[in-house]
Amino acid sequence: MSMFLVFIQKAISQGISILLGANGEIITEKSGNLNLGIPGIMYIGGVSGLVGAFFYENAVSSPVPLVGFIIALICSLLCASLAALLFSFLTITLRANQNVVGLALTTFGIGFGNFFGGSISKMAGGVGQVSVSVTASAFQKSIPGLSNIPVVGTLFFSYGFLTYLSIVLVFVTAFILNKTRLGLNLRAVGENPATADAAGINVGQYKYFATIIGGAIAGLGGLYFVMEYLGGTWINNGFGERGWLAIAVVIFALWDTRKACLGALLFGALSILYMYLPGLGRSTQELFKMLQYIVTIVILVVTSMRKNREDQPPESLGLAYFREDR
Amino acid sequence: MKFSGMRIRKRSKISKGEAVIVRLIAIVLALIVSGFIIVAITKLNPLQVYAGIIDGAIGTSRRVWVTIRDIIILLVVSVGLVPAFKMKFWNIGAEGQMLMGGLAASALMIYVGNSIPNGLLLLLIVIASCVAGMLWGIIPAFFKAKYNTNETLFTLMMNYVAMQFTTFCIVFWEKPKGSNTVGIINAASGAGWFPPFLGQKYGLNLLFGILVTVILALYLKHTKHGYELSVVGESPDTARYAGINVKRVIVRTVALSGAICGFAGSLIVSGGSHTISTSLTGGRGFTAIIVAWLAHFNSFIMAAVSALLVFMEKGAVQIASQFGLNHNVSSIITGIILFFLIGSEFFNNYEVVFDNSEAEEK
Amino acid sequence: MDSNNVIELRGITKRFGAVTANEDVDLTVKEHEILSILGENGSGKTTLMNILSGIYRPDEGEIIVKGTPVTIHSPKDALALNIGMVHQHYTLVNVFTAAENIVLGLEGKQVLDMPQILKTIRNITDSYGFELDLNQKIYDMSVSQKQTVEIVKALYRGADVLILDEPTAVLTPQETQKLFTVLRNMKEAGKSIIIITHKLNEVLTISDRVAVLRKGKNAGTLATKESTVQLLAENMVGEKVSLDIKRDEPTNQKLKLKVDDLNYITPDGHKMLDHVSFEANSGEMLGVAGISGSGMKELLEAIAGIQTVESGVVHYYKDDDNEYTLTGMDPSQIRKLGVALSFVPEDRLGMGLVGSMGMTDNVMLRSYQKGKTPFVDRDSPKERSEKLIELLEISTPGTETPVRRLSGGNVQKVLVGREISSRPEVLLVAYPVRGLDIHSSYNIYNLLNEQKKRGVAVICVIEDLDVLLELCDRIIVMNNGRITGERDAKETTKDEIGMLMTSSGEMQSSTGKGL
Repeated sequence: MSMFLVFIQKAISQGISILLGANGEIITEKSGNLNLGIPGIMYIGGVSGLVGAFFYENAVSSPVPLVGFIIALICSLLCASLAALLFSFLTITLRANQNVVGLALTTFGIGFGNFFGGSISKMAGGVGQVSVSVTASAFQKSIPGLSNIPVVGTLFFSYGFLTYLSIVLVFVTAFILNKTRLGLNLRAVGENPATADAAGINVGQYKYFATIIGGAIAGLGGLYFVMEYLGGTWINNGFGERGWLAIAVVIFALWDTRKACLGALLFGALSILYMYLPGLGRSTQELFKMLQYIVTIVILVVTSMRKNREDQPPESLGLAYFREDR
Repeated sequence: MKFSGMRIRKRSKISKGEAVIVRLIAIVLALIVSGFIIVAITKLNPLQVYAGIIDGAIGTSRRVWVTIRDIIILLVVSVGLVPAFKMKFWNIGAEGQMLMGGLAASALMIYVGNSIPNGLLLLLIVIASCVAGMLWGIIPAFFKAKYNTNETLFTLMMNYVAMQFTTFCIVFWEKPKGSNTVGIINAASGAGWFPPFLGQKYGLNLLFGILVTVILALYLKHTKHGYELSVVGESPDTARYAGINVKRVIVRTVALSGAICGFAGSLIVSGGSHTISTSLTGGRGFTAIIVAWLAHFNSFIMAAVSALLVFMEKGAVQIASQFGLNHNVSSIITGIILFFLIGSEFFNNYEVVFDNSEAEEK
Repeated sequence: MDSNNVIELRGITKRFGAVTANEDVDLTVKEHEILSILGENGSGKTTLMNILSGIYRPDEGEIIVKGTPVTIHSPKDALALNIGMVHQHYTLVNVFTAAENIVLGLEGKQVLDMPQILKTIRNITDSYGFELDLNQKIYDMSVSQKQTVEIVKALYRGADVLILDEPTAVLTPQETQKLFTVLRNMKEAGKSIIIITHKLNEVLTISDRVAVLRKGKNAGTLATKESTVQLLAENMVGEKVSLDIKRDEPTNQKLKLKVDDLNYITPDGHKMLDHVSFEANSGEMLGVAGISGSGMKELLEAIAGIQTVESGVVHYYKDDDNEYTLTGMDPSQIRKLGVALSFVPEDRLGMGLVGSMGMTDNVMLRSYQKGKTPFVDRDSPKERSEKLIELLEISTPGTETPVRRLSGGNVQKVLVGREISSRPEVLLVAYPVRGLDIHSSYNIYNLLNEQKKRGVAVICVIEDLDVLLELCDRIIVMNNGRITGERDAKETTKDEIGMLMTSSGEMQSSTGKGL
């Protein structure tokens, strides 16, 4: 029982980065922008929070956790938004191909993350790895009292702020997308921008808005990883393929953030399940890690076979919109 | 009524000269910005930075050849993607196709490396790496042809399936045990390594690179297959009307695309690193997508863009190592150059009109 | 200035690159009226209305709404001035319901109060007599239902001036009558309605005034009461129209093609071909009439081997009387049999030609497989292109200029020219003059007639019944995937064909409509 508890707890902590990334990508894709730069943006979001906290902790003699927390959060949101702004500028204003810009952004972002994450400590004249334990402690702080309740406490109340934020965001996003004018308009932009335009919706503005908000949320996924998961340090390429898994979860969830919640948990569980299954050798463990991608492929194929109108990607996903094209 | 302000419209056409100038401006701007970043980090003076870059890329004859080797790999992958892109099939699975190719080459080197003649082994390596990459392309292509499954996402996922599969094999082959790396394969015998050609270690890479590029350009321009895939890319309905078997063309073209990317994998393993790891591709499968797209599938421009990117990458790595910085600075530089080039495309396709009535009346 | 002028356009000019779509156009719209904007395809009607509805911005000119000069930058601006437009290609989101589409993009309480919204929409639909299920998804709707959603959407947004672009093009006569009733109700309620059309009869039936555009310029505004079909047609084309299409008697007729009981159901369950059988003879022009979407497209594509059918057979009789079965073959297999079958499809740049390729590459589209080597031969297609340019007087900068850049008439000449140059025995043609000006149209009629004279069995789908009756020898009519009748073109009338186009079969029409 306790092993199962730990498994679920670990699966959740594996899944949160993916969930934040998927949530951001869903908002972005609902506007018709396929942002393959999300993996890069997540690196940028993570490292900029880390660097912000690092400078703060180095500048004062006794850093306050809450201040570091706020600085890291702001830095992360700001830099991830800027990266998404760059994507938006190139794809919406300059109408460059989304796949191409996204992949360039991912190349850039991963390099950016690894460069600053790996050498910031050295560049600031220090030695060894970057470490922001004070700020990280604020991110890792679980809910006092409640987390001590046996079982329930471990299962539900043992996580940091970003974990709860990610769950809240899932429902807020779902509510906005499905129940508000903002959401209706945004979905229309992603389905059929010409129609949205004719209905008086400012297509470019919505795309910018969704892509930047989506980028900021995805960036938090990176921040979660460096702060809550790693405890305020950097491992080169440690973030791994979580960004791509986030994009996989979007497909898995059929563009619904609530299903993405389950998807992220499932992918999180799959990525550590091998440790809990007896009799797996090191090599078979690696095959096991393939499962998340295979599951995604199967879902992709099955939805394309069923052709259910409600399960399809936003109709204009990946296409630039130019009014006089009509 | 007077309109003021700015708006954007499609260019009717742009001369070749203008297009080249726009791109050159973009490259110069990118070099200035990336130089500026390096200056900010290293506090070197800018001239030293550019000198350092040039030294890092072509400072010694060994560096020249390593640079050439890497240009060729990027070029071959870019060339490999062209048939798929021309058919409007977004193959972003070059990473996986390269890995599978590299894996096939490694497997042959490890299992039969020392039991058959090297010539035969090399032939087998080339064939096997092509077949492995081809297989990795055919799977998503089949579902695209049959069910119109989204190929962008499918090929993307295939990359990571390949990556896990590679990790799986590495655990099998690792040397020494527990190291999680394979080490240099056949370090003693050199079996399955590209032999020197015309006295150059990477001479064969250069030859293969040129051959693949030329043959593919001919294939696209002058064969029935090439014609068919262009028609399918422009309009699948027209293709059906002409009696072209669209499904077959999709599968065949992506198979070819995958095969060339797989072949690039063997260029890396047999023609360069002589080992296999998941970082074998170094993101080149993604970079090549951007190269192919930016070049509008023109072989010469692809070669030029590949050269520029590899040149800057090598230079940046050199500067980074001089200053004890992390080599990832090269990805930042690559990213910046790409952003500028991507942005410059806009000015080739559109023009900005300042919409004053005075201007109209001229 | 007339005080009940709701809208005045003055000196509107709009250019797209080298093409001038509108030049110095003036137009007024009054309250309580239905105004028709009449013009041939390509005369700039839609562009002008797109300017009024904020889709395009004019290069020159003024727009005055209720006496005040205005700038319309977007459809939203237009709606703020109570101008709404229903486009020919509906601007609806397929995965949304009717109600969601109607409220799309509007200001209001951020959280959608659907019950209240439904109530408001129902008020509108009830007051003008629309029938509409507000919770139905657009992808489940028929064309006419979608059109209703579009109109209600514009009204919900407070449109007092409603622009309809070719509203009847896709409707059955019954649906058209329903639409006209609703439009009259709206006019009574004080709205101004602008209908873009090229159908002269409709203009006379529904509108109060008619503004004619010719080649992007004003060609007069008339009160409907004072105009006739002849007068309007003259204004529209700028010269006297004689629909005198020459028609030779068919000679040397022989059975060429026999279509036997073809059936085809679309993947989403529409029966597009329903027990279709007919024969076509050499040296004869066989016309196919029907409302768009009645199965003509599918029929021609099935014969050409592009559309697979559920059941039925297409027999082909070669000159040597050998019989071949074409069903189940694709176009290249048909070609390999030695069957000379050419097809000019409806969608020229989407199916017949590759827009981004030059003439050479397009001319070889149907013959590139010739030769045993894996390489394509571009020399003879280039020669053929040059010959076609000379023979058909195609105006193009060169054989390598992308055909997309050519004018509509020249594009069609390239397509028809290629299909004729392969010396067919059967020639299938869908909507050969759609989008072409009168002169290009007559060029095409002549080309078809020459083929008929050569002994080709020509089967053509043409939407203009006047042309169909004058050009063809025999006419078959389709509705809902069925052949509802066959007539001798010289003996039948437009009315009769029109009836067959909407009847459910020969039985009904032959026993009379009083059934």
